[in-house]
Amino acid sequence: MANNKRPGPSAKERMAKPRNEMPLHSAEERIRHFNEVPTGYSLEQAMDEASRCIQCKKPDCIGGCPVGINIPEFLLQLEGGDVAGAAKTIRQNNFLPAACGRVCPQDKQCEAVCIVGKKNDSVGIGNLERFVADYEREHDLDRMPEIAPDTGKKIAVIGSGPAGMTAAYELRVRGHDVTIFEAFHRGGGVMVYGIPRFRLPLEIIDEDLKLLEEMGVEIVYDMIIGRTLSLDDLLETEGFDSVFIASGAGLPKMLGVPGENLNGVYSANEYLTRIYLMHANYFPEHPTPIYQGKKLAVIGAGNTAMDVLRTGKRLGAEVTCYYRRSHDEAPARSEELEHAEQEFIDFKWLSSPIEFIGDENGFVKAIKCEVMELSEPDDSGRRRPVPTGESFTDEVDTVVFSLGCDVNPTIPDSTRDVTTNKWGIMMVDPVTYHTSKPGVFAGGDTVTGGSTVILAMGQAKTAAKYIHEYVMGNFEYELNVPTDPEAPGVQWGFAK
Amino acid sequence: MGKYNQDFKVLTKRELCANTYHFKIQAPLIAKKILAGQFIMIRPNENSERIPLSICGWNREEGYIELIIMSAGRTSTEATIKEVGDSFKDVVGPLGQRSHIAKYDGACVLMGGGYGTGAIIPTARDLKEAGNRVIGVVGARSENLLLMVDELKDACDEVYLTTNDGSIGIEGFVTHALEEIQKKEKVSSVLAVGPVPMMIAVANMTKEDGIECWVSLNAIMVDGTGMCGACRVTVGGKTKFACFHGPDFNGHEVDFKELMTRQKMFVDQEKIAMEAFTGALEK
Repeated sequence: MANNKRPGPSAKERMAKPRNEMPLHSAEERIRHFNEVPTGYSLEQAMDEASRCIQCKKPDCIGGCPVGINIPEFLLQLEGGDVAGAAKTIRQNNFLPAACGRVCPQDKQCEAVCIVGKKNDSVGIGNLERFVADYEREHDLDRMPEIAPDTGKKIAVIGSGPAGMTAAYELRVRGHDVTIFEAFHRGGGVMVYGIPRFRLPLEIIDEDLKLLEEMGVEIVYDMIIGRTLSLDDLLETEGFDSVFIASGAGLPKMLGVPGENLNGVYSANEYLTRIYLMHANYFPEHPTPIYQGKKLAVIGAGNTAMDVLRTGKRLGAEVTCYYRRSHDEAPARSEELEHAEQEFIDFKWLSSPIEFIGDENGFVKAIKCEVMELSEPDDSGRRRPVPTGESFTDEVDTVVFSLGCDVNPTIPDSTRDVTTNKWGIMMVDPVTYHTSKPGVFAGGDTVTGGSTVILAMGQAKTAAKYIHEYVMGNFEYELNVPTDPEAPGVQWGFAK
Repeated sequence: MGKYNQDFKVLTKRELCANTYHFKIQAPLIAKKILAGQFIMIRPNENSERIPLSICGWNREEGYIELIIMSAGRTSTEATIKEVGDSFKDVVGPLGQRSHIAKYDGACVLMGGGYGTGAIIPTARDLKEAGNRVIGVVGARSENLLLMVDELKDACDEVYLTTNDGSIGIEGFVTHALEEIQKKEKVSSVLAVGPVPMMIAVANMTKEDGIECWVSLNAIMVDGTGMCGACRVTVGGKTKFACFHGPDFNGHEVDFKELMTRQKMFVDQEKIAMEAFTGALEK
């Protein structure tokens, strides 16, 4: 598609154009509600932004996308005003574009390798994906994919988060009878209980769940596989030909320091679940409570930590982030960190909590931190924090740990023939995502130990391709499922 | 409604004492899997809070589970006002680990206080089936508050009753019954399910006597599957999740003080939620 006869400005002129900044609600305004922070491009802005793409002959952005979206193609269509065409192009590879446009770490993926970004700001690919998806939804464009004739094969998908939804979509498109089993009373998984509404509105997730149901996917709620039904039940008595496990991470890590079980100390999962799954921010109309004090301390500086910080701010607290490394090592997506910094959130870098101090009623009243400094880089390539010997104490009345998750042991605990490593991460063949149990595949956080929506989707897409081969009887691979308890989880999930 | 989407219908409802009801609820898949000591999470209505409840029985063939619910706060009240034919919005389970079942030299004593009495019945059956002599002890303030005595008698070799006012059985606490039992025979294992002060008393007494002691902890939970960590309890100096590692733990190792503090985390909010609910009902 890229050619020299492309009409309009030259590549040089395109590269010189400034990036269309995403319009945002002001920080002063947005911290008073849970509405989305960016307001989205107009069609004009979107077309202009798309025109900044120089249509590289060998575009790196496609390889930078974990699901391999044909980015130059959809940008070219968008530049010409063909939003419906752009939407179709995106949907060939990604069925959750509205969510991904909002929560993907584009700055570390497609936009990181964008050639325009070498001289100027990279093309706003994420913002444009979001624009196309929103336009499609708001204009009620047809999103129904072509579905292959029924194969008569039944596939169970465990979990309705990004990996489960993607696998269900990919497998239904291939003509299989797909049932999703969800443990909670509503679908969407971590996109609902772990990502705030000001980043990802509920309507978007529900629209995508609705599409799956319209395609003929059955979604069953309140069903815990490993408990209500076992994997063996699914394969032996319930007649499923294959199972895809996408049950997520979800066993919060604690710090192991004194006072971490004081009242008012939460895991990020609990804090966010109370609010975004159970709507504790609308208490008492929704009766699930949350103890929300005036001074909230958040431990950690990943995306989830930013979500907690910004949520706490919206609930009216003074909010401080404590992180043992410095700003540059913070694992959060740059936009999240930036938005948090705009929202009057205080950051105490190089601060590692060593104790939480309680009042006479057992509620947390102070946090004691060790002051750190950075030394040589560790295995992760980030500079290792070491204690300086100094410490300080701050008054706080709520603490939230955001240190990541271990994998939930419910399924491995009930099904010993699905092997895990010593951290509980499910072991899979790195090519096909097949587990150690015949016919059972797994993907997403349950095999990585915790990653992003898009990587979970990428893995689910790859797994779906092999699940299809498996149920159709042409799955012939030499599987290499690690047996070493020290083996790491799957690190990267590009769709092939 | 598809094959797996269940209707958690109330099949029977029976008042056991003031504010406390026995329910049979249709839940065929859970009934097929549940084991002694495990629990379920319920949401009575759309938008309700999720709360854990212990199970006092089930019928795998007829596909129902039995629960005892005491209306104490908002959600339990939403549940206890359900009538036969109404449905619970969500029932999830079975959750947690099975009670510890083994063959012992001496007797197994299972002690229930208040609505916790129901929870010991399935464990009593399993211990008896494992070849043990099983003694039940039910305690309450007064005779009219004793629950599930006949059902417990069916499951045990012998049942002791204790009341604080002496209106029936031994006057005093369940620990007094344990003293009486120990005068007559060797006791190898004790399970206590009930209010925390009762479990503390039993744990202290059995520790002195060198008897194994299990307690079932009713920590605050949100999801009930290990995802949120709201139900953190300290056992043997380590943080455990009551929903996944429990709910039964070694009573000699539990930090009960922390448990009691954590159970009070939301007392103020619970009052507000209850007032909002009764206010809405009155309207």
